[in-house]
Amino acid sequence: MSQPAASIAIPPTQQFSWKRFFSPDNRYLAPAFITCILLAGHLSFGILESYKKTGLAIIASLVTELILGRIFTGKWPNIASAYITGISVGILVRSPAFWPYVICSIVSIMSKYVLRLKGRHIWNPSNFGISVLLFLAPETVATLSIQWGNYLLPMIVIWCLGSVIVWRVRRFHITATYVTCFIAFAFLRSYITGSPWQSEIAPLTGPMYQLFIFFMITDPKTTVRSKFWQCVVAALIALVEMILRLDQVVYAPFYALFLVGPIAFLIGMWFDSRKAVPLRATA
Amino acid sequence: MRGITPRIILAIVFVGFVVSPLMIKRFAARREVAKTKLDLQTALARHGFYLQEVSHAAGVDFVHQAPTLDPRLNHIMPQVASMGASVSIVDFDRDGWPDIYVTNSKEGSKNALYHNNHDGTFTDVAEKLGVADVNRPGYGVSMGAVWGDYDNDGYEDLLLIKWGKPELYHNDAGHGFTRVTDQVGLPPWINANTALWFDYDGDGLLDFFIGGYYSEDVDLWHLASTKMMPDSFEYAKNGGRKYLFHNLGNGKFEEVSAQVGINSRRWALASAAADLRGTGHPDLFIANDYGVSELYFNDGKRFHEVGEQTGVGFAPKSGMNASFGDILNQGRYAVYVSNISEEGVLIQGNNLWVPKEGTTGDTLQFENLARDFGVEIGGWSFGAQFGDLNNDGTLDLYLTNGYVSLDHDKSYWYDFSKIAGGHSLIINDAKNWPAMEGRSLSGYQSKHVWLNDGSGKFVDVAQAVGVTDTYDGRAVALVDLWNRGVLDVVVANQRGPLLIYKNTVTPENQWIEFELEGTSSNRSAIGAQVTLFWNGQHQVQEVSGGAGFASQNQRRLHFGLGKFPQVEKAVIRWPSGKTQTIDKPTPGQLHAIKEPA
Repeated sequence: MSQPAASIAIPPTQQFSWKRFFSPDNRYLAPAFITCILLAGHLSFGILESYKKTGLAIIASLVTELILGRIFTGKWPNIASAYITGISVGILVRSPAFWPYVICSIVSIMSKYVLRLKGRHIWNPSNFGISVLLFLAPETVATLSIQWGNYLLPMIVIWCLGSVIVWRVRRFHITATYVTCFIAFAFLRSYITGSPWQSEIAPLTGPMYQLFIFFMITDPKTTVRSKFWQCVVAALIALVEMILRLDQVVYAPFYALFLVGPIAFLIGMWFDSRKAVPLRATA
Repeated sequence: MRGITPRIILAIVFVGFVVSPLMIKRFAARREVAKTKLDLQTALARHGFYLQEVSHAAGVDFVHQAPTLDPRLNHIMPQVASMGASVSIVDFDRDGWPDIYVTNSKEGSKNALYHNNHDGTFTDVAEKLGVADVNRPGYGVSMGAVWGDYDNDGYEDLLLIKWGKPELYHNDAGHGFTRVTDQVGLPPWINANTALWFDYDGDGLLDFFIGGYYSEDVDLWHLASTKMMPDSFEYAKNGGRKYLFHNLGNGKFEEVSAQVGINSRRWALASAAADLRGTGHPDLFIANDYGVSELYFNDGKRFHEVGEQTGVGFAPKSGMNASFGDILNQGRYAVYVSNISEEGVLIQGNNLWVPKEGTTGDTLQFENLARDFGVEIGGWSFGAQFGDLNNDGTLDLYLTNGYVSLDHDKSYWYDFSKIAGGHSLIINDAKNWPAMEGRSLSGYQSKHVWLNDGSGKFVDVAQAVGVTDTYDGRAVALVDLWNRGVLDVVVANQRGPLLIYKNTVTPENQWIEFELEGTSSNRSAIGAQVTLFWNGQHQVQEVSGGAGFASQNQRRLHFGLGKFPQVEKAVIRWPSGKTQTIDKPTPGQLHAIKEPA
């Protein structure tokens, strides 16, 4: 995951205002939100196995970003994005061991610097790191599947806050498209497999999906430019996920984004280059 | 930094990190012992013991049968009706030879009490003695049994827990059993999976604890609603209530759980009691499914839940076992809690809660060292017990596992993970659960026999020493079945045979056993601690009234001593508070010790 939008940070000398805080220009909005999720989830339901593991993930992510940013750009990078990657790894990766948290964060951040095309990274960093780990270390690593109590209130709060934030950073259409498609495909899967529709909808009501739809699929650097095509990509992710789910792939959403994201990105770049229209710069 | 070289170096380092999980896996695999089965002599030479499954030769051909519940659960019946196989060890007739009681769970099926014939065989006497026909329709079916002498007449009485009406049977001097459920005042229905005997208030009379799983208002054969499943996979609090029956001494008991501070509706699957703080009062550990474990410190009158404070009740998992063991020979108990680990889906890891250095008494804290010690990943783990299987002087760990073994090639895990992540409104209703359709759920799993090297590492030798079964294991009990100075293993399997693993131990390794009998303490001596000092080390063990999952080990305490032992003393601390020291007890013997007046 990286932040849903990023441009210019609020100058620290300015007086605080909620309007400015929820501004799309505030690159600290997403880190603040995900930190709130983590703290609320942990203090109320003890979602983390330990502070150490999440701390390790965050530190590994920040250190990797700082080192690589300094080496390859010549200046100290903004660490908001790396912080989100680290904290996301800390929440989403579930393992009794410590090393997966470190490796996943390092691989996630490094992927931004290695797997690049025309100055932009191809994969969503944490999606790449988590997918690699799930694929190569299934005996040690799983992802968050059940947390914050499965209760209604925390879920509503997170959905509302998350929606406001992605709306403010102009990515709500991506989340909305994905959720709509997921629900539609859930009924289709139910029809095909004969499973209760509630069980097909069930994953969407869990916290893993809340992080997935607000932070992963909205990553601005790995989606295409136009609003319409962004919606198409979101729908395609849901479609590929459905196909994977019909094959009983447990981590279907991660793998769907892993597969669709870069392809959409490359096709988008190809289209852009044909039109000779420069890509909009992102921070 | 510009240029191609740094980029190439970065790419190489990146690839290194990407493939590092594979290297870590390879490195970890090197620590494991070869999976091939060894012959007896090789296993003896290499590991010091060998287990042979001898149930049929011993005249035990018991096969557990599962219940058939409300038809509205048919689509997920194998996973709902997935418990009930239990085993408990008792010398019910005081002939000095341990007997075996096993439960069955099909409606109308019979439990069995295998009387030890002293010649390597057993005879089922349950029918004759009146403790077989206990699974009658309308009264629920057996889930477990624990033995304790509640009236101090010298004969162990039987507490039978069910998904149904719990029963208490008085042992009539080993000649038969009398049902005393109604006199005792047990509740009409508890969906219980765990129970234990202990004298929580030190009055010399055994009390008992029962932990509910499903809520007690749920009749699984006649559901009022299909909304009877847990309301969360990790935070469920809609399970059965807990019961603590205080022994009044006149054949009657009083239910005092709320009064003494035990209020929980978590889904209890296992419990064990031991004096963790040296207070003389047994503390109570409860392993809960769908949630955190609970630890109750006992001050002799009230219980105080300290799970979070001590560290054991913080991260919610799927607790299915609770057993104590002084694994480092330090005179302190570690607690082993089993959970679920399924490659590629869910890696909870089992917990080995080891007391933290420098924490004692009320400040006691635990840390989970299962991974460091090598006993973390055990599949869909159920019952486990600590015991010195090769008599080398350190406690080893036997773990059984496997949930539902049906179609070898089809797994229910995808559907299970889908629903388990859902909101409580969805997960709580059985009708929302996808049909199992004959698929397995963590089935056909290999068992684990972890050998303790004494320095904090366990190595799995199950296959090498002859434990090759893949049944859906539930309960494990350790017992010296034939008075040979070795621990044999009895395993109860769901929808599977009762297995008896006869142990052969290298004769070089010596042993000592203690059979305790209370006088002012409860006569079963449950709660009595023996600390054995030998060769500059010491190990503590406690007589248990039930531990593991749905099981009870033999009451006698077995210590392996290794080669050339110099036994200094055995210090017995009785539940009454009396301390007794036996100087230089002779190895290779069972020491029968009565509490001094």
